[in-house]
Amino acid sequence: MSALWEGIAVGDEVVSETFSLTREHLVRYAGASGDFNPIHYRDDVAKRVGLDGVLAHGMLTMGIAISPVLTWLGDSGSIHRYQVRFTKPVYVPAVGSAQLTCSARVTTLPGHDSPDLTLSLTVTAESGQTVLGKAIVVVTPR
Amino acid sequence: MPVNPNLVDVVFDPVASYHVGREKIREFAAATVVTDLQHTDVDVAKARGYSDIVAPPTFPIVIQEKTLAQLLAYPGSGIDFSKVVHGDQQFEYSRPIVAGDELIATLSVTKVQSLGGHSMVTSESVMTTLSGEHVVTASSTLVVRGDA
Repeated sequence: MSALWEGIAVGDEVVSETFSLTREHLVRYAGASGDFNPIHYRDDVAKRVGLDGVLAHGMLTMGIAISPVLTWLGDSGSIHRYQVRFTKPVYVPAVGSAQLTCSARVTTLPGHDSPDLTLSLTVTAESGQTVLGKAIVVVTPR
Repeated sequence: MPVNPNLVDVVFDPVASYHVGREKIREFAAATVVTDLQHTDVDVAKARGYSDIVAPPTFPIVIQEKTLAQLLAYPGSGIDFSKVVHGDQQFEYSRPIVAGDELIATLSVTKVQSLGGHSMVTSESVMTTLSGEHVVTASSTLVVRGDA
């Protein structure tokens, strides 16, 4: 693969995209993943267990967060590792949406300090608060 | 009831083999707003050297869920599902998953820790082909909130 990262330096942001999450996304993800925990679609259950309301599945946020990176890479097959820590809930209102801004920054480049291309992801809610920590994608060029 | 620290010694049976279907990959890609065409378009995937469409990186959670169900159902685990929060998640790949793969997942608990009244259960689900080739290991930490 010709170097996708040609002209790119450590520290550069390579993608940034904002997604509007609605309850429909949560229902769709519940069906696709098989995670039918009611805290992801019932406000009464969410509140009973001490949450402020219905929240997105952490795994939905993890799945969306890498989407712009997949488009940028053009081939997910070279992804060796993807990891995140879930630090804050993403509340999704019954009416309207929650905005999530997902960006990726280069932390290592192949041939420089590492054999891998490493990206650090940042996912930010409308409040400006980040909802993932230690979100890292390691790409090993084929 | 605290989480049973002896979970690390439990040997779990592999879950029934999972056949990765093309439509399931498409459904999962749509649900996670993944738009790169190699996850939905067979011709694009083949042009990039794959035998069929490629599963998005977080797809193994579908299979991992089946192994975590074993953990939650284990008698005496001490894990109350209503108090479980997902702490962290990792996928470590030997190769990508493509439609048509048949995978076997085996769970093991690697660590049980207590921290400030909460318990943290770290487990991994190793996924291989029927012939034993490693494809991906999905690891997660579940935080079980204490009765504070």
